[in-house]
Amino acid sequence: MAKYRFWAIIIVAIAVVLGFFVWNTQKADSARKFKLGLDLSGGTHLVYKADTSQIQSGDISSAMESLRDTIERRINLFGVSEPIIQVEQGGVFGSDNTEQRLIVELPGVTDVNEAIKRIGETPILEFKLLSKESEAKINAGDETIDATDSKGMFLETGLTGRMLQKASIQFDQNFAGKPIIGLKFNEEGSQLFAKITRENVGSVLGIFLDGNLVEAPYIREEISGGEAVITGDFTADGAKQVVRDLNYGALPMPISLISTETIGATLGDKAVDDSVKAGLYAFAVVALFLIIWYRFQGFVAVLALAIYTIINLVLFKLIPVTLTAAGIAGFILSIGMAVDANILIFERTKEELKKGKNRYDALKEGFHRAWSSIRDSNSSSIITAVILYYFASTPVIKGFALVFLIGVLVSMFSAITASRTILFALSKEE
Amino acid sequence: MTIVKYRKIFYTFSTILILASIFSIFFWGLNPSIDFAGGSLLDVSFTGDKPTNDEVSQVLKDLEFKDASVRSSGEGYIIRLKEISQTEKDSIVASLSLGGQYTPTEKTFSTIGPVLGKEALQKSLISIFLVLLAIVLFIAFAFRKVSRPISSWVYGIVTILALLHDVLVPTGIFAILGHFYGFEVDTLFVTALLVILGFSVHDTIVVFDRVRENLQKYESSGKKPARHDGESGGDFETIVGESINETFVRSINTSLTVLLAVLVLYIFGPETIKNFTLALLIGIFIGTYSSIFIGSTLLVTINNWKNK
Repeated sequence: MAKYRFWAIIIVAIAVVLGFFVWNTQKADSARKFKLGLDLSGGTHLVYKADTSQIQSGDISSAMESLRDTIERRINLFGVSEPIIQVEQGGVFGSDNTEQRLIVELPGVTDVNEAIKRIGETPILEFKLLSKESEAKINAGDETIDATDSKGMFLETGLTGRMLQKASIQFDQNFAGKPIIGLKFNEEGSQLFAKITRENVGSVLGIFLDGNLVEAPYIREEISGGEAVITGDFTADGAKQVVRDLNYGALPMPISLISTETIGATLGDKAVDDSVKAGLYAFAVVALFLIIWYRFQGFVAVLALAIYTIINLVLFKLIPVTLTAAGIAGFILSIGMAVDANILIFERTKEELKKGKNRYDALKEGFHRAWSSIRDSNSSSIITAVILYYFASTPVIKGFALVFLIGVLVSMFSAITASRTILFALSKEE
Repeated sequence: MTIVKYRKIFYTFSTILILASIFSIFFWGLNPSIDFAGGSLLDVSFTGDKPTNDEVSQVLKDLEFKDASVRSSGEGYIIRLKEISQTEKDSIVASLSLGGQYTPTEKTFSTIGPVLGKEALQKSLISIFLVLLAIVLFIAFAFRKVSRPISSWVYGIVTILALLHDVLVPTGIFAILGHFYGFEVDTLFVTALLVILGFSVHDTIVVFDRVRENLQKYESSGKKPARHDGESGGDFETIVGESINETFVRSINTSLTVLLAVLVLYIFGPETIKNFTLALLIGIFIGTYSSIFIGSTLLVTINNWKNK
């Protein structure tokens, strides 16, 4: 008995701490607030189809990666908080149609036209010279180079990524194989590059991608032959990424918009309010039913249900799970289902009591005997949730499936562990 | 014993339900939403007065959008069109002010290309099929130790029959609602069907689990179960009847808590998922009925056929 009481106190104490965590992290500036899907926060959801017909099949995945990075950089430029950009394979398994797609989610952005324009623009790789005045100011410590060149410190040279034939990663033999980046220009680029370097030895040449300064090396000498290296301070991975950016500076492939969805912010706010209200009421109604029907045991089940709810909310925050209206519905549904295990156990206990067992033994038998039907019946929900998650055609459904799956798994744990411990702690051994 | 005894009544009732559902599905068909059919959906609300349905339709006609359907919704309208661009959408919203008479606000706008729609449909059908398959396999596996008087596969197949019933009825009801009230079937509806499949097996398993336990109990004790009614039917029938009776209250209660939660969700939950929760309500209700009245009784019927 003492053992159960000890663990019951521990469980309740942990639940209280977790509950405080959930409450405390909902404050305005917390990094662990619930993540809301676009249907609740308002925003724009875009699906692009990538035209991979010009790309060799072996390069598709790296090309998609660079497409993703390029677009992410552009979106970051216009200051969207927490955008989600994902590569997704289209088509249904077993079919040959493996369309490559890019999903872009922009919370809070409802001006889709602007967003679409910014994303679809052809990006620019530019080589610009730092002007002499700016260089002087920087050397004097009056100015610093800013990464987007908003102050116009750099001068156009006319050399752009259009004239680049290829960028590659190389290793500098003089410096213990330090990674450096090799550039190869085409005919036009080679001549221009030679001219620029000849005329500006000692100047800083800024390499800009999508308006962002990637590299700012000093020009040491004239470079003819159309080849150059950037000896920055690269790690192997950093160099690899710059090479990828240079090779795929422009969008590596044409993209076209195949689906858009915009949700106004007010609509989302109302959906959040309604969901929270529905959740609270659903909990209250289920709790009331349990207490009326099962009295004392029902009360324990409600306590277990509260623990269940807290564990779920903590997991939503920690994983983190993006909550949508459907996802919250899935959670509310799982509140109704989580108590099922308790009901099975209590009914079984009743039966054992009728057979003349004492309370303690009946309870023990109830938990033991009900386990097989709890396990088997929850397994079917787990199977459903996994298939649903895997074949979800929209993020909304994926979110629902994830919430539902977490709910079922946690319910098996909380119904067995939490309510078992508390029930035994509160019942006398006769 | 009553449920097993009067099983023919329930069979008849369910057969009628299923036939009516199949009839409405084939006769009226389902209204696929843009999730499946592709196209654009624009939800516009108005602050203050809102134009009449005819005015909105006229605006769309003037802008030469064919096949547009306009549905009133609270403070505004939901307009469904074939795929349109952002610029076209903007011109619609602007025109809806009817020269400054009204103040339209765009609530949501979605466009789904035909390829995505087709793919969503394929994925939905595949997932329904896979869930059904996985459940038969799982039931056959979970009840593998039960082979007498009927093999564990029969349990699996009976479950599927009950599940088809649970899926057909809500689909039929949505065909009727679609025909008369314009309800649409979207990817969330399919999600609801899958949840119904998963949940409705819960109750079926609870009864089957008891049948399994009772069979083992009688087998090990060597005793034959006492007959409650003295009628013919045999041991298996008695055991199934007993099992249903013993688990009746918990089957009802477990479903009731879920139904209560979903009902609250339907009444207070967000507008956007009303149809989803409605499908869940219907399905879980039907699923509970079929688990108690159809699933286990079918075991008896199949066993009786085998013995003939």
